[in-house]
Amino acid sequence: MKLLTCPVNGTRPLSEFIFGGEYREAPNQNTCTDAEWAAYVHNRHGAPGDKKEWWYHSPSGTWFIAERNTLTDKVSRTYLVSPNLISPKSVVSDNTEKEAAVKGEGQ
Amino acid sequence: MPLRLLKYALKSEHPAPRFFKSHETPKKSYDVVIIGGGGHGLAAAYYLAKDHGITNVAVLEKGYIGGGNTGRNTAIVRSNYLTPEGVNFYDASVKIYEGLSEELDLNLFYSTRGHFTLAHTESAMRTMRWRAEVNKHVGVESRVVGPDEIAKACPQLDMSCSGQAPILGALFHAPGSIARHDGVAWGYARGADRYGAEIFQNTEVLGIDVKNGKVCGVKTNKGYIETKQVLSAVAGFTPRITEMVELETPIVIHPLQACVTEPMKPWLNSILVSGSLHVYVSQSSRGELVMGSSLDPYEVHQTRSTLDFVEGLTSHMLDMFPFLSNVKIVRQWGGMADMTPDFAPIMGKTPIEGFYIDAGWGTWGFKATPISGKTMAQTIANDSAPDLIHTFRLSRFEDYELTGEKGAASVGH
Repeated sequence: MKLLTCPVNGTRPLSEFIFGGEYREAPNQNTCTDAEWAAYVHNRHGAPGDKKEWWYHSPSGTWFIAERNTLTDKVSRTYLVSPNLISPKSVVSDNTEKEAAVKGEGQ
Repeated sequence: MPLRLLKYALKSEHPAPRFFKSHETPKKSYDVVIIGGGGHGLAAAYYLAKDHGITNVAVLEKGYIGGGNTGRNTAIVRSNYLTPEGVNFYDASVKIYEGLSEELDLNLFYSTRGHFTLAHTESAMRTMRWRAEVNKHVGVESRVVGPDEIAKACPQLDMSCSGQAPILGALFHAPGSIARHDGVAWGYARGADRYGAEIFQNTEVLGIDVKNGKVCGVKTNKGYIETKQVLSAVAGFTPRITEMVELETPIVIHPLQACVTEPMKPWLNSILVSGSLHVYVSQSSRGELVMGSSLDPYEVHQTRSTLDFVEGLTSHMLDMFPFLSNVKIVRQWGGMADMTPDFAPIMGKTPIEGFYIDAGWGTWGFKATPISGKTMAQTIANDSAPDLIHTFRLSRFEDYELTGEKGAASVGH
């Protein structure tokens, strides 16, 4: 991967981006056990495969999601997170148009 | 040695002895199966036999012996860490290394050079003082030195670093050494083989059988092996193995790259590290400058090389040594570093009975090869981890008792 597509600014060199780690859902802090919370804080899905990740376009201050295979290092798509994000699934359906625009670029 | 060689020179045949027997098909069962034929796994097999008399052991290696991170690191051995637990642990490793060529009857080119961690800022100087005091307290020879002493040890170094990052001082660690890293793997392989452990190359683990929370076997591309004890010592492949037994860990894989220059006459005796310039460099026994830098900035399960890395590293090398501008880079390579959040390894028992882990070796694994082999052998033989590695247990994350080694384990932060 040498280029990455920012959903706002288009395809840019990778050096403009900062990796923000895997997108993860936090457990409910009011109901989860201490062990569940500790696992959320520390543990990661380290095995290779398709992942949703946070990326940051540094010059424009844009946080977005990239779907990337960590074994092949190929990005399948990138998209903005909607302000009322609840789960990644809702983002996919909310941003269908935007996805179509950026899909296939920057791979 | 010369007489032994002469014998072959006078014979028409050359039956040079193999380092270890070539096994093709594993037996039906073993007492212990070690996944990973790198330095750590082979050292564990060696000490299991030597210290504990456990010789019915199989070492399974997906590729070839020492072809993973054991042969991809920059071969630096040191113990100037930040936490007393870490310093004690790595010091025990340095002490074994010092006599290891003798013990394994193999010249590991273990060369004690002295190790300077350069400080270019006041905050870096503070960390150096901190490390020096912890080291002295534990009995390890480290001290803070000023620019004069650094310039005397390495007159070729531009003390102003091209005016970009003047050197204010350094942490000097006298026992800092380099060694022939593949030799370490081969020496331990031969030692383990002589005791009766069986080494299988090109043997990939496809699954691990766990029943009622206990390990009962390993599936490989060469058949099924029954065993009650499995050690995972696979560095960058750890998440793939832990996934097989559904064990969660904090480990994330980032590539770490390194490169060497063409060989030169010896001029650099010391090992130099600069956290601010993201460089570590030493001159190998055949004259190449061996250089490494910080981790690649995002997760990838690959050992690919990038031009960005060489460009970044060499520009900082030129800040330190402007006269190297015409020297060529002849090789570069990468390894997969299994990073942990506190820059300390994960060693010992796991919630799965009979499944032991030796992982999280990120950018600091080679120097720990002997002591990790020894302590993991102890852990397997007694089904209980020795005190020396208590601080590295997997459950420390659940207990929020991390072992913060970031200030000493890597460059680039």
